[in-house]
Amino acid sequence: MQVYLDNNATTMVDPLVVEAMLPFFSEIYGNPNSLHKIGTASHPAISKAIDQVYTALNAADADDIVFTSCATESNNWVLQSMYIDHVLNGDKNHIVTTEVEHPSILSTCKFLEEQGVKVTYLPVNEQGVVEAHTVKSFITDKTALVSIMWASNETGMINPIAEIGEICKEKGVPFHSDAVQAVGKIPVDLQSLHVDFISMSAHKFHGPKGVGALYIRNSQALSPLMHGGEHMGGRRSGTLNVAGIVGMGKAIELATANIEEAAAKIRAKRDRLEDAILELNDTFVVGDRDNRTPNTILISIKGVEGEGMLWDLNNGQIGASTGSACASEDLEANTVMLAIGADNELAHTGIRLSLSRFTTDAEIDYTITHFKDAVKRLRAISSSFAIQKPTAGGEVQECELHHH
Amino acid sequence: MAKDNLLGGSLWDAYSNKVTTLMNNPQHQGEIFEAEAQERGNKLIVADFGAESCGDAVRLYWEIDPKTDIIVDSKFKSFGCGTAIASSDVMTQLCIGKTVQEAVKITNIDVEFALRDDPDTPAVPPQKMHCSVMAYDVIKKAAGLYMGVDAESFEEEIIVCECARVSLSTLQEVIRLNDLTTIEQITDYTKAGGFCKSCIKPGGHEQREYYLVDILADTRREMDEEKMKAAADAGGSASFEDMTLVQQIKAIDAEIDESIRQFLVMDGGDMEVIDVKTSDEYIDVYIRYLGACNGCASSSTGTLYAIESTLKEKLSKKIRVLPI
Repeated sequence: MQVYLDNNATTMVDPLVVEAMLPFFSEIYGNPNSLHKIGTASHPAISKAIDQVYTALNAADADDIVFTSCATESNNWVLQSMYIDHVLNGDKNHIVTTEVEHPSILSTCKFLEEQGVKVTYLPVNEQGVVEAHTVKSFITDKTALVSIMWASNETGMINPIAEIGEICKEKGVPFHSDAVQAVGKIPVDLQSLHVDFISMSAHKFHGPKGVGALYIRNSQALSPLMHGGEHMGGRRSGTLNVAGIVGMGKAIELATANIEEAAAKIRAKRDRLEDAILELNDTFVVGDRDNRTPNTILISIKGVEGEGMLWDLNNGQIGASTGSACASEDLEANTVMLAIGADNELAHTGIRLSLSRFTTDAEIDYTITHFKDAVKRLRAISSSFAIQKPTAGGEVQECELHHH
Repeated sequence: MAKDNLLGGSLWDAYSNKVTTLMNNPQHQGEIFEAEAQERGNKLIVADFGAESCGDAVRLYWEIDPKTDIIVDSKFKSFGCGTAIASSDVMTQLCIGKTVQEAVKITNIDVEFALRDDPDTPAVPPQKMHCSVMAYDVIKKAAGLYMGVDAESFEEEIIVCECARVSLSTLQEVIRLNDLTTIEQITDYTKAGGFCKSCIKPGGHEQREYYLVDILADTRREMDEEKMKAAADAGGSASFEDMTLVQQIKAIDAEIDESIRQFLVMDGGDMEVIDVKTSDEYIDVYIRYLGACNGCASSSTGTLYAIESTLKEKLSKKIRVLPI
């Protein structure tokens, strides 16, 4: 059996989505911006996709939802254009974000810092959640943008977006949220709260890779990132990814129809897996279940290094993820793990399991067995559980990991 | 960056079969207990290196015959990734049957080499090299314990990178042994600079006594000087021609400093070496006159002749000096 538990990284494209996309490769392939029938033949499908996305997010007709190539593009667009519009061509010079954002936010902020922008990276509490009052205390009259993720890719923890939205509205500061891990997993109702921009990506909710979107409240001004042929009403140039857009529309419809019911089913499987793993001694899971995306578990297993654990799971045909520095190309300890703290252990022992609506009960059973076996094997090798004490003088002082 | 680097995520594909096999089934994993060793009339040494909170930890067990100093058995425990476990396993294998004095000579290079499937292909990707460096460190620690050498004095315990607990001497040795030239390589081999990064260069979140950039520069300079000295000792002109361009320019500069510059400076002038170009027939040294030398009549006759003959005599007969 092969079990895919890395759905926060990407998801399987739903076969119904593939089916919806297929006609737009070799049958209806015209450029939607052409005047002839061969081009405009795709218009009904694109209009439908637009409707599907607006409905799924309860966006108002006065809002823009602009298709992009991915959430990384959407995030870059907001940050870079807010810099151009309000720092270079305005009197602002400050951005508020968090320590736990996706690299497409953090790296862009670092880049903007090099251009002279001041960036405040808010800490998270031990739950991995940004507290709204800290957001409030760091907004100044120079703040051009507040950018705070809706839910964390690593922990699944959900930030108080409604509360932060109210603070930003009151202070008159534009508010962006990277909602990649929220859309399709939990209800996102854009008329029930205040947010100016959200980023999303289709491949996180069983849509295709290579298509995402940026929501822009009330069609407010934002310089384009992609200049060119005036596509998407001039907001984002580049020939429309017709099949991708159609796929994204279908995927978001499937992911958000009866979302409460679907989430409850995933949550039940997730909780069963989580409970079973927590039967092992010296383990802990980050964050309160009730305030977490229903598919995500970030668990620390004492004495078991994350990449070693991933290796054993992989041998058992299970795909998961780790924030362990050992598993990254650059040996960088995961910033999210460090920000949450947890005695630094999380940075080396954290394993992320992320389910989807396609995860079956049989797969959960299989995973529980293999997970426990892997922990047993690796703890048998682990120095953390060795009995014979070192020779006098052979001990090591605890390592203190320094971090910001 | 180039074609080969466009696709990431292939970390595990770069592991040798030996690494994979030993990770899946380590041969020397386990413990040796004090009582067992005593029963056999042997001495047990147990040394730790690293810590779980650092991300890597290894415990090495040596059962030593006190009459011969031979390590009759060795085991390990490891908190670490696959390559750390495989490296520890090979390390214990290499220790068994050696005397403590022989074992202490085992380096991270030996450990990594023993993990290769074929001698020309590295066993692990560069960022995983640190796993074998740990094996090297823990062996030294165990040997220190057995030989009654205070760990502090056995190893130069100036810790440059606190996060990864990497000492100055380890850094200097690893740079030398592996001929490292960049901070990134140092981080790959030792993990130093891989965490909080404050030990890389001044300006981090914490002020340090030593910085990797300085250690690298100092060690490289020492290596260059040693190479030049070795070249000079090997005998004159032939070795000058074998030097790298940078070494050649440094050798010429040194020679000018020693026997030429003072005379130019006395007359209010100076010179600098611009470039060295080697052809079959000549080694052309391009120089530029500075100050009073610039435009001085003698600069293209007597002075030039003096410079050229000095360099010819001291460095290579093929040298031609060309002012530009």
